[in-house]
Amino acid sequence: MADKVLMKGNEAIAEAAIIAGCRHYFGYPITPQTEVAAYMAKKMPKIGGVFLQAESEIAAINMVYGVSSAGKRVMTSSSSPGISLKGEGLSYLAGSDLPALVVNVQRGGPGLGGIQPSQSDYFQATRGGGHGDYRMIVLAPASVQEMAELTVKGFELADTYRMTSMILADGTMGQMMEPVSLDIEVKPAPEKPWATTGTKMEREHNIVNSLSLVPEELEQLNFARYERYKVIEENETMFEEYMVDDADIVIAAFGIAARVSKNAVNEARAMGIKAGLIRPITLWPFPNAPFKKAAEHAKQFISVELSMGQMIEDVKLATECKVPVTLCNRAGGMIPSPEQVLEAIKEAAKGGNR
Amino acid sequence: MAAKNFLFSGFGGQGILFAGKFLAYKGLIDNKQVSWLPSYGPEMRGGTASCSVIISDEPVGSPIVSNPDILIAMNLPSFDRYENAVKKGGIIFADSTLIERKAVRDDVTVYYIPATRLASENGMPTLANMIIIGKILKVLDDFNEESVRAALGKVISAKHADMLEVNLKAMQIGADFE
Repeated sequence: MADKVLMKGNEAIAEAAIIAGCRHYFGYPITPQTEVAAYMAKKMPKIGGVFLQAESEIAAINMVYGVSSAGKRVMTSSSSPGISLKGEGLSYLAGSDLPALVVNVQRGGPGLGGIQPSQSDYFQATRGGGHGDYRMIVLAPASVQEMAELTVKGFELADTYRMTSMILADGTMGQMMEPVSLDIEVKPAPEKPWATTGTKMEREHNIVNSLSLVPEELEQLNFARYERYKVIEENETMFEEYMVDDADIVIAAFGIAARVSKNAVNEARAMGIKAGLIRPITLWPFPNAPFKKAAEHAKQFISVELSMGQMIEDVKLATECKVPVTLCNRAGGMIPSPEQVLEAIKEAAKGGNR
Repeated sequence: MAAKNFLFSGFGGQGILFAGKFLAYKGLIDNKQVSWLPSYGPEMRGGTASCSVIISDEPVGSPIVSNPDILIAMNLPSFDRYENAVKKGGIIFADSTLIERKAVRDDVTVYYIPATRLASENGMPTLANMIIIGKILKVLDDFNEESVRAALGKVISAKHADMLEVNLKAMQIGADFE
């Protein structure tokens, strides 16, 4: 295995994208993800790639659309307000069945909000982000190593299913440094016979477009897309379980909230409280199965989030509301402490707070 | 060494983030699990800077250090702000050139090092941070020159490779300070 290096999460995303074969990056600076762009600005020109700081986030996502149409691996990154600007482009990518990697290193909102870590774009990410019937594959890393690995995975899934993969990180994940091994296996990109690479007078024109004015046809396109989504739900769900098997109290948390919660679970266990953690790695598709299973023995679920409570809705759906699900949260750029989560676990263990 | 949680704090420009990064790299080289998390914000030179560093035998859970085992306070505002956050039985390293008061708490060990003065007297005015690091490693009985050199090699860019020896010298000054 290659040597481990210390890297910021944002840098790990950028390097992993290069490893995955991405040679086109379009972005616009915004805290706390600017290191992605800075890394690309430094690296891309040296390896024959393109780094382009667009005039706006809207321009950047449309440049992504262009390169993806030509069949190349391409990405953009931003933080919350910038992702909102990209919303239209995300919808167009979906409507044109184009693969792309989009990174959101979230900060507190709404509006221009603040620059400290947040998870309050969960709804936006897991419900598509723009208009129309569509999904994005949403990957939630909880370590710098996962920032790198899920970036590679994100490109692969995007190509396989011809859709956008989004890395949904937060300011902490972007800014922290941890040891990371960049010895990551990359599967060769699939053929893209649909790409607009020039006919060389040998084939029909490929057309990449999201406009479809005949409702019967547009309906069929939507049906076909949702058939693909079904395959993804069946095959691509990822999650981590920690001490769930015998747990009375099960925490649901992703990203930095899961890291904090793990500390609290360990402390609760040391006090004799049977606590566990389910950490969704794919937020869409949401890992329903482990939640449904845990609902058979758990007395209570606690959704730990850096938001006013967004994933909690998916936890309730996954557990079919058989068991109470409560919220333990901070918002606006604040992060729950392990003590706060431990208190919530203790309260739940007493049978209160339902 | 079980998990050790460090909180580095001082003015922007004092090399707070650098010192934390050095320690994290040293941990990595010593085969420990490590994390480094900077405060980030609308901050600038002369503003406040801090970073959380965790060095552990076990995988690191939350990378956020709110209650450090070891506090490195390089200015008075940091000392005022974090003295009470240090765990009982913890250690504080204070730059006594810039922190004139003594600790109020008596359940922690405090080392007062006039790092800024020592740095300036020794013609290395930007290396007060590494003087403190030297003292920390001495106190923790972790001053292994081989891994120290290796870690310095990682945090000092190739362009400034000539700075390695003077960093090491700064750390030695800190280690020797009684």
